This record gives sequence, structure tokens and C-alpha cells, in this order.
Amino acid sequence: MSLLVVDKLTKTVHSGDAPLTILDAVSFAIAPGTAAAIVGASGSGKTTLLGLMAGLDLPTAGSVAIDGVSLATLDEDARAALRQRMIGFVFQSFQLLPALTALENVMLPLELAGRADAAASAREWLARVGLAPRATHYPRQLSGGEQQRVAIARAFAGEPRLLLADEPTGNLDQATGGDVVDLMFRLNAERGTTLVLVTHDVGLAARCSRRLTLSGGRLVRDEDVERSDAATMAP
Amino acid sequence: MGTLRLALRMLLRDLRAGELTVLAAALVLAAASIGSVGFFADRVKGALAGEANLLLGGDVLVASDRELPPAFADEAVRRGLTTTPVLRFSSMVGRAGNDGDATPILTSVKAVTGDYPLRGAITLAAADTPDGRAATGIPARGVVWPDTRLATRLALKPGDRLAVGDATLTVGAIFQQEPEVSQGLLTGTPRILINAADIAATHLLQPGNRATWRLLVAARDAPRGALDAYTAWAREHLAAGMQLQSVRDLQPEVRQTLERAEKFLGLAALVAVLLSAVAVALASARYLRRHLDTAAMVRCLGASRGRALAMFVVQFVVLGVVASLAGTVLALGGQALLAVLLRSLAATDLPPPAALPGVVAFTTGVLLLLGFALPPLTALAGVAPLRVLRRDLPRPRTWGWLAYAAGAAAIAAMIAWQAQDATLGAITLGGVAGLVAASGLAAWLLIALLKRLPQRGLTWRFGLANLARRPLGSSLTIGALAMGLMALLLLTVVRDDLVRTWRASLPPDAPNHFVINVLPEQVDGVRAALSRAAGKDVTLYPMVRGRLVDVNGKPFDTARFTEARARRMAEREFNLSSLATLPSTNRIVAGTFWAPDAGPDAGLSMEEGIAKQLDLKLGDRLTFDIAGQQVTAPVTSLRKVDWDSFQPNFFTLFPPHALDGMPTSWLGAVRVPPGDRTFVSSLVAEYPNVLAIDVGDVLHQVQSIMDQVSRAIEFVFLFTLVAGVLVLQAAISATQDERRYDAAVLRTLGASQRQLRLAQTAEFAVQGAIAGLLAATGATISGWLLADRVFNIKFALDPWLFLWAVAGGAVAVAAAGWLGTREALKRPPVAVLRQLA
Repeated sequence: MSLLVVDKLTKTVHSGDAPLTILDAVSFAIAPGTAAAIVGASGSGKTTLLGLMAGLDLPTAGSVAIDGVSLATLDEDARAALRQRMIGFVFQSFQLLPALTALENVMLPLELAGRADAAASAREWLARVGLAPRATHYPRQLSGGEQQRVAIARAFAGEPRLLLADEPTGNLDQATGGDVVDLMFRLNAERGTTLVLVTHDVGLAARCSRRLTLSGGRLVRDEDVERSDAATMAP
Repeated sequence: MGTLRLALRMLLRDLRAGELTVLAAALVLAAASIGSVGFFADRVKGALAGEANLLLGGDVLVASDRELPPAFADEAVRRGLTTTPVLRFSSMVGRAGNDGDATPILTSVKAVTGDYPLRGAITLAAADTPDGRAATGIPARGVVWPDTRLATRLALKPGDRLAVGDATLTVGAIFQQEPEVSQGLLTGTPRILINAADIAATHLLQPGNRATWRLLVAARDAPRGALDAYTAWAREHLAAGMQLQSVRDLQPEVRQTLERAEKFLGLAALVAVLLSAVAVALASARYLRRHLDTAAMVRCLGASRGRALAMFVVQFVVLGVVASLAGTVLALGGQALLAVLLRSLAATDLPPPAALPGVVAFTTGVLLLLGFALPPLTALAGVAPLRVLRRDLPRPRTWGWLAYAAGAAAIAAMIAWQAQDATLGAITLGGVAGLVAASGLAAWLLIALLKRLPQRGLTWRFGLANLARRPLGSSLTIGALAMGLMALLLLTVVRDDLVRTWRASLPPDAPNHFVINVLPEQVDGVRAALSRAAGKDVTLYPMVRGRLVDVNGKPFDTARFTEARARRMAEREFNLSSLATLPSTNRIVAGTFWAPDAGPDAGLSMEEGIAKQLDLKLGDRLTFDIAGQQVTAPVTSLRKVDWDSFQPNFFTLFPPHALDGMPTSWLGAVRVPPGDRTFVSSLVAEYPNVLAIDVGDVLHQVQSIMDQVSRAIEFVFLFTLVAGVLVLQAAISATQDERRYDAAVLRTLGASQRQLRLAQTAEFAVQGAIAGLLAATGATISGWLLADRVFNIKFALDPWLFLWAVAGGAVAVAAAGWLGTREALKRPPVAVLRQLA
């Protein structure tokens, strides 16, 4: 059974006179444990798709189901609860809270979930991303690569089944980006997490077994490297 | 983990990271300043009232023209208050037997018991010091203490014998001053003090003999509320012919001084409230901007909308409670320090602090938070979680100015409560509203002007463009700065002017003696004697006593005045005078005063307050009965009278010669060197009917009240100064993040630190200058309104104020802005961009 099912997902926004279709009837399903990349040029609708998959935004038509639960049947608070239970996030701009130390940033999702061992668990995760000595540092005292590693620790700390990443290397130089990607894939393999990442980094996309290509809001190509059957969608 | 615990953790983290420093400081300061003003004003008021109570002989006084029902004393004792009865009546008093041939003199006899007086002391004449010394106890049975006036006129010395009714009493001592002078300054009859146990022997208390029974009541050891409760009780139980007097019913001189003192302190408190509110609003707005991402992230990580809201609300409520408590404690410390400082300066002991100002201080902090911080923060819960992916999403809707409606209402309520004076509150609120509107308008005008301004160099252009780019933000900042500066101006320059004008109304050479009862044929001789003693020309005023009997052809009905004071004023005889020119301590507020050469039919001039109380208007035709003759004239002007000037003042003035032929006596005020005790005796020896009243003690008391209040205001001003600086800080840090980002982008594009610094300095300096101009205008208008409508003194426009305000505003804001953003300019742009991206 697929962990994530996207069915005829459409997002239209009204800007000016004409409605603008950002996503046009996109459908795919992702099996548990898969690492999938959503690729495409700027403006192809990648980030919009990610927001819809996380339940951060609502589609105009179509549906998203996570672990068999359709997001359309949930209200905003229920979607938030589902995110807390199931989803981890890694962002292009890291999105660490500036008033919190590295440790506290990692603790935050655990605290929100009411975990009593939040501090101990967060410390463990910081150690796992190699930042134990920087636990009490604030984001502004960390380099970009370090900040993204903290963000990865935060994303995995809640032990999500689905990890969504938005251009995780977008703000990093190539070498640092490579290290961060290595870390992300290592943890993904260890934890058996399903990884969906949005990127236009070809190297990063190449490390994923599944590659979905968006163009002009449509899914134009769906490659499954493990099954080596690339399907080009009919226009 | 409970939301509460998580909220507390987030609060501690925000505090530690410095996110809440300005907000917390603003709240602490709000509570501390309100509390200090409150505690201090309360204690000073207590002390001032206590000092004034020395003049009353007690804290309150119940008087009756019949014997007082015992319930009045019993009720006071039941409430833990101290009481002592005083009986007063008039009698002819002369030397007993063949002691001398002086004729008996109409004397006011006062019979007292052991506890008299409850406040203040009787001062006995002493050979070795002109100031005399305080008496211990009261005259023993069979002993009489005449005052210096009677002693002079009867040439009495201790051991002489006086006939008081059927009793013969021995002069034990001669007193200079006794505390109970509430009959006003112009009752010049000599007095004697006797022991109440001797009354029966005098046989003077016969039916038909007019006497006044009084009960002095003081809260010596009783809780402070007891006196108020008793006063309320007594007021309800007053029968016809009885009255209750407290310090407020004392001489207008002391009353007006006390009321002004209260208003000055109230003003200082108001300004502190407003400044704190501005600082809290600015700091909360900044918190809101900086925590949009936190809110979005918390929602993204799975917190429901309700939980996110609860987290922020709990954080802020806890912060508000803790900061308000801290401020209240600080206020206690501040006012205690002040009490120590004042103790070495003032003779009066301050009463201990009461609980109420503490409650008010705490409530103030919490109210400011609820009114100005929480409403905009509710927007945080409404932030779209999608913001974590899309930074360009519009900010959640705050309710804009509506969000502050609750805060404004809270402030208005607090102002009304603090000021306890609708005019003062309205002027202050009006000033603030006007300033907000003016700053908005000024910002828009500036933007319009900028578009036409010739382009002069990159830095200047960029700095000014910054202002134009954020019209709302700029006008808010300018408004906040103007508020802060206006408060500072009001409390420095204007306050100084007001206090100086106030004190100038009572110069060091204010008269310390009133001379009354001068007969027309003695006027020249007495004037010469007074001018000699004072070393300058002294004016004598004619005085005619008359009763108001008719208004506009209808008999004047005194029964319709329900208020005791108005009725008393209506029933008593007026002191009428006739003058060619308006005295300097009087000011015309309606109609016109007659020319110096006006004829006797130029109407009459009434004091504004009495006219209001007796419902008399400009144009009304009044008829006075003066010893059987009727004089009718229209009211042609209304005057404000500076009662605490210690000059002779009259409710009703007539033009020259309007009162010719009426039974007239003359009076005047003169300053003689303090300690000159021969002045009175030599004057009275030459003119036996003339009465000279020594008001030196009252004068001294009023002056010392003014001194205390001036110091009090200076102290309170310190808090307001800190509040003003905090507003400045909050206003600058409100735009700090945007500024840092701009600076980083510009430096990336190749701008030098120096160019950026100049651009920012230009922007800050222009903001400061505009704020200074607005503040000077606001302070001048407010100062004029306060002087004219509230304090009843003249206001002098100070053109230098504008120069100081504009230059000071520009320099102060530029300096503060430089300090606030210098760190941002030094940091590598990439660090700034990364942090703020």
C-alpha cells in the first residue's frame, strides 16, 4: 500500500483577470521507504505541490491521502495533528527559530508532541548529526551547513514516516550541500523513512529512486529507477 | 507536555534571547512609574493633608450651633479615632476688680479639654524667643490664656486676673498662635483659651447666648480608612445647623495650594501612563513581526490554532504578571528611597504606604499588556502554516487600530481614575489624539515634499527615501517619538515654567500680616505706618459688607442651594470693595473690566467661582443690601482670582465711588520682617480699633507645601524620563530588522559603511526633527491649556522651546539610532541576510 497518494491534484489561483493554474491534475503514489525527487524548472509548481502534500494549503480540486487518510476530510487542526504524527520537514532556508538554541530547536516538535524525554532525545539527534558540541549555540552562531543539519535533526527527531524537503541544498555551497544530503539519505535509510524532496539540483535528484518531473503545473515524467521503467506522461 | 509548561519554556527562551527585553522593561517601568507616583503622591498627599490639618487642630471637625449629640463622639471612638470637644462663644472680657481701668473687649472664648489640640500645638509667647514655644497641655482650672492681641490691648502679663462672665481667672500664659483657625483669616477678634471645667462658673452659657459646639476628630492611631468611614457616617447624620469641616473647607489659600499640588502629581502620573502604553504597543508590534515565523513553524510542526494561541497568550500573561509585580516592588523601593530623601528635607513624616497604589500599579501593567500587547498577538495564531514555504504570503490580518481600542479604553479609564479631574484627563487625551493625527499628517506631507526635493547625493536621498517607503511605519515612529519628546518637554520646560509661575504667584515677600478694620479717617495714618514698616507703598482697600437680596428683580432665594458650601456662601454677607484698576492677582475671564476713570454706574465684577456656585451670569442685575441701603448694578465682568496670592481679594468689586456713603472700613496686606513683634503692638497702640492679623505661619505652611511638591515632581519626572528613553528605544528597534536587511543588501551592492551610516543618520535626524517640532507644538498647546484651564495661572510662550525640541529631537534620535543600528552595519552582510532571509 502506498504511504502517499496524490490524485488529480489541481491548484488554481486568481491573480488579475485570468485564473492561473499552478498544478494541473497531478497524480502519483509513493510506496513506503521510497526516496522520491520532484524536479522541474522554477515556477513549475514544485513548492505548491509540497505545501499541498503537507496539508499546509488546500487544493482547488483532487486529493492527497497520507497513510490512507484523505487530507480533504480533515480540518486545519486535524491536519496539524497529522503533521505532528507523520511528517517531518526540511526547508531551503532552514527555518530555525532564532530565539531558540540548536538543542531547543530540535526539542520543539518533541515538546509539542508532549514527549517527556524531549531534551534527551533531541541531544541524541544532535549527536547523530555531529553537532553535540554546538547544542547551546543560537542559529546565528552556526554556519549554513550546521543550521541545515540542525534542521535535519529536528525533522527526524519526531520519527516521522514521511519526510518532506524543500530545496534542502538550495542555500548551501556544493560541498556542504553534499554533506547534508549524505546525512539525510543515511538517516532515511536507517529509519526507513519515506522521503519526498523538491529540488532542481540534478545530482540530488539522481540519488533518488523515483523522479517526478513537473513542467507548467503538469507531471510530465515519472521515472522509477529501481524498476527502470521511465514513463513519460502524455501531454 | 502541557501547553502551559511549553509556553513557560518558550517565554524563558524568548526572554533569554532578548526578544522580550523592551516589552518587559516597558511593563516593569509602567508599573514602577505608576506605582511610585501613586505610592508617593498618596503619601505626600497624606503628609500635606496632615500638615494642613495642623491648621484645623484635627483631621475633621463637626460643628453645631446646639450641643452636639453624644453619638458623634461615640461613633468616632468606636472607630478607633481620637476626639476632643471645643466650645466657643463670644463675651466681653476685661481685667477683674480694680486691676485697671481698661474697658472690656469683645473676645472669642474657647473652652477646651485635656486632649486639645489633636493636631498642631498652641504656641505660647516667650520672653527669650520671638517664635514662642509650644505649650504642654491646656490651661488648668482657674487659669486663662489670652492671645497676644488681648494681652496687648489690656496690657496683660502672667499673674494678672481676668473677669470672664462671673468667673475670675488668672492669666497663666499668653499664646501667639493656636491651631484652630478655620474661621478664616479675617476674624480679628481677640481670643482666650480656658479650661472646659470653668464654663459653669462663668454662667455665660445661657439660653440665647450664641455658642458653637465643636468636636475635633483625628485618626492618630486608627487605620486610615477609619477617618473616611467616619466622615461619611457623620455627613449622613448631620442635622440642621450642623456642619462637617475637613481641610478642604479651610482657607481658600491652603485649599487651592493642595489642589494644585494634586494636579501636578496627577499630570506626571498621566504622562507616565501614556509613555508606557506607547512603549508597550511598539514593543508588541515588533514581537508580532519577529514571531510570525515561529507561529507558522509551530503550526507546521503540528500545533492546533487554539494551542498556538494559548501558547502565546500564556507567555504574555505570565510575562505581564511577573513584570507588573516586579514593577510594583520596584515602585515600593523607589518611593521608600524618596521618603528617605525627603525626610532630611521636610519636617513632616510621611504616612506609611497604602496598599491601593500597589494594586493600581500592578493592574496598570496587566492592563497595558492586555490592551496593547495581546490584541495584535492574537494575529499570530491566525498565521498560515504555509508561511514556512512561502515567505511572501501576506501577514495575517491584525485588527489595525481597532486592536488598540481595548487598550485606548483601558487607558482612558485609567486617566480618568488617575486624574480624578475630567478637564485634566480630557486635555491630556485630546493632546495625544491630536498628536497622533498630526504625526500622520506630517508624515504624508513629508512624503509629498520628498518627491519635489532636489536630489542631493546618494546618502541623503536614500535616507529620506526610507521614510517615504514606509509611510505608516514612519508616521507611527514619528508619532511615538513626538509623544515621548512632548512628555519630556511638558515635564521639563513646561513644568518648570508652570512651577516657576506658580511659585512666583507667592513671592518670598508675600504679605504676612493683614490689617483690617481701619476707619476712613485713619486710612492715611495707617497707610503711612504700614508703608514705613514694609519699606514700600502699601495699598489699602475699602470694604463694605452687604447681603445679596435680589437678582434680576426677583428676591434671592438661598433655600434652593442644596449644597452646603453654596448655601453658606449665599447666606453670608459679601465683602464688597470698590477699585479703579484690576489687581494683578485677578484676571478677567468674561465681559470687560471698567476703565480707571469709569463712573460709579459701570456695573460690578464677580469672582467666577462664586458666580458659578450661586448661578449668577454676566448681565444679571444684582441688588445688595448694605446696612439698609440697596445698591443695584449689572454684572459686567467675571474674574478669576488667585486666592493663594496672600493679597486682599474680593468676590465682588464695584467701580470707584459706587459705594460712597456706605459704612466702610479699610484693609490691606503688608509684609513686615519676620520676628518683628513690635509692629502689631505699636500699630494697635496707636489705632486701638485696628486689627493686625499675623498670617506668617499660614504663609510659611503654603510655601513649604510648594517646596515639597516641587521636589516630588522632580523625582516623578525621573521615571517619566526613563519612560521617554524607552519609547525612543522601542521606536527605533521597531524598524531595526528592516534596516539591517536594507543595510546588508546595500553593502552587498557596494555601499560603504560610511554611506550607510550617513543615510541612516539623515533618516533618523529628520524623524527626530519632525517629532521635535510636533512635540514642541503639542507641549506648548497642552501647557497653555493646563495653565489656563487647570492651574489657573498665566502661561508664557517660550519660542526657544521649539528650537530646543527640533535640535534636541534630531540629535537624540540620530544618536539613539546610530547606537541601535551600529552593530548591524558592522556585521558581514551575508550573516545578516542569512539570519533574516
